[in-house]
Amino acid sequence: MSPAGPRRVVVTGLGVVACCGIGTNAFFEGICGPAPEGERRVTAFDPSQWFDLKAARRADRFQQFSVAAAQMALDDAGDVGADPARAGVLLGTGVGGLETLQQQITVLVEKGPRRVSPYLVPMMMSNAGAAAVSMRFGWRGPCETVVTACAAGTQAIGAAARVIASGRCDAMISGGAEAAMAEIGIAAFSNMTALSSSGVSRPFDRRRDGFVIAEGGAALVLEESERAIARGAHIYAEVLGSGSTADAYHITAPAPGGSGALSCMELALEDAGLTPADVGHINAHGTSTPLNDLAEAEAIEKLFGTAGPPVTSIKGVTGHSLGAAGAIEAVAVALTIERGIIPPTVGLEELDPDIHLDIVTGVPRAFKGGAVLSNSFGFGGHNGSLVLAGFDGSGGSGTPRHRASNSGSSGGSGTPRHRASNSGSSGVPTSDPS
Amino acid sequence: MDNEAAFDKFKTCAVEVLQVPAEKITLGARFSDDLEADSLEVVELVMALEEAFDITVEETELEGVETVGQAFELVTSKI
Repeated sequence: MSPAGPRRVVVTGLGVVACCGIGTNAFFEGICGPAPEGERRVTAFDPSQWFDLKAARRADRFQQFSVAAAQMALDDAGDVGADPARAGVLLGTGVGGLETLQQQITVLVEKGPRRVSPYLVPMMMSNAGAAAVSMRFGWRGPCETVVTACAAGTQAIGAAARVIASGRCDAMISGGAEAAMAEIGIAAFSNMTALSSSGVSRPFDRRRDGFVIAEGGAALVLEESERAIARGAHIYAEVLGSGSTADAYHITAPAPGGSGALSCMELALEDAGLTPADVGHINAHGTSTPLNDLAEAEAIEKLFGTAGPPVTSIKGVTGHSLGAAGAIEAVAVALTIERGIIPPTVGLEELDPDIHLDIVTGVPRAFKGGAVLSNSFGFGGHNGSLVLAGFDGSGGSGTPRHRASNSGSSGGSGTPRHRASNSGSSGVPTSDPS
Repeated sequence: MDNEAAFDKFKTCAVEVLQVPAEKITLGARFSDDLEADSLEVVELVMALEEAFDITVEETELEGVETVGQAFELVTSKI
């Protein structure tokens, strides 16, 4: 921490590549439903928008998503103007360049070892996305990759915020990307019975039968708050805190009762200097697998009681993009805070009778302020939680570790701040059941 | 295969792998300066040439090969 006290971290740019939309406006409209039919590939993604032909050939699809999302986020952030030595990149991914690996194994089998591409390593390595982003923008601070399966995107953003809060950097590009829909990836997830056999993503529904695999990427520009204010940046939200824990229980199944998820959420709130009563909304991991959704719901019920704050899972629309999911959901959360709209859990028709949460279904609901918790959990027992809230811009008098203010504890962070270009542009109707 | 046909074939490979216009593939063109090809790209080009010409080029033979002309000579010596 700097001698002047904890540094606050704010979100000043968003970029997203998802099956339901590329760019924040299309994406937010997309997650408000309805669910797309069939596979969750980003069919509208055109690498030539982001790369010349040669560079596109040398970049695995997950690298392409990483760079595209980062470019959109930086364009959105405006002139960050950070010292490149104090600007870093911290991204998450589950498996890196799986499609390239599969292609080159085919080459190996069919044509022999002498034909394996010299670009296989720099395209398949999981850090290739972060490396490509740092090279593209010349950011020379820490450039690291979190590889914790489906928790990676969330944990990367939490780690990036700490790099700024600690004083090491003034700006970070964080987020995650995944492009694991190669045949080998789909076969592997399918054979472990993780994928939905019905092909329908319905988080928290009684009939849920697995996740629907997706691909995509998202990036957030994080900045130290005083710098961001001084340069007149648009501030979407503040990163108040994060948590990271391990179940230490089973390689794929969550710990009974969601105990690892519970401790992770508790740590994130403690890091943010908040209590459960300060949380106004939870963006759940909600994968639509029988085990995850029940364990996560149990953990949320233990911490927040029933029915607790409104919970949503956008995976009914987006499907599950593994290491990118947490980053895509962090973008959704920032937009929820900015626009005052909670997207619904699309696909949920009959709530699992063992789940007693206030899940947003059907149509979007108005977000009434407070902090927002976003969860991600990964195979391996990795748990990640993030806490974001609207930025009040004041110094405050609280003592949370991660920031200088505890304004969120009043239970509301005020009116969401709309930027002129986004105001009213989502065209999403909302309902307020209360 | 006459020299001209061989160079056309060479050129096709280079255009495909290096993503440069065909007119830039001249005997005097330097891989690093003129064609912006790094060492991995030269390796990839050699692999494409091995396949196209049904030849084998050892890694050690690539030492000192800096121009299209040198690479073409190496290839034609093996046809």
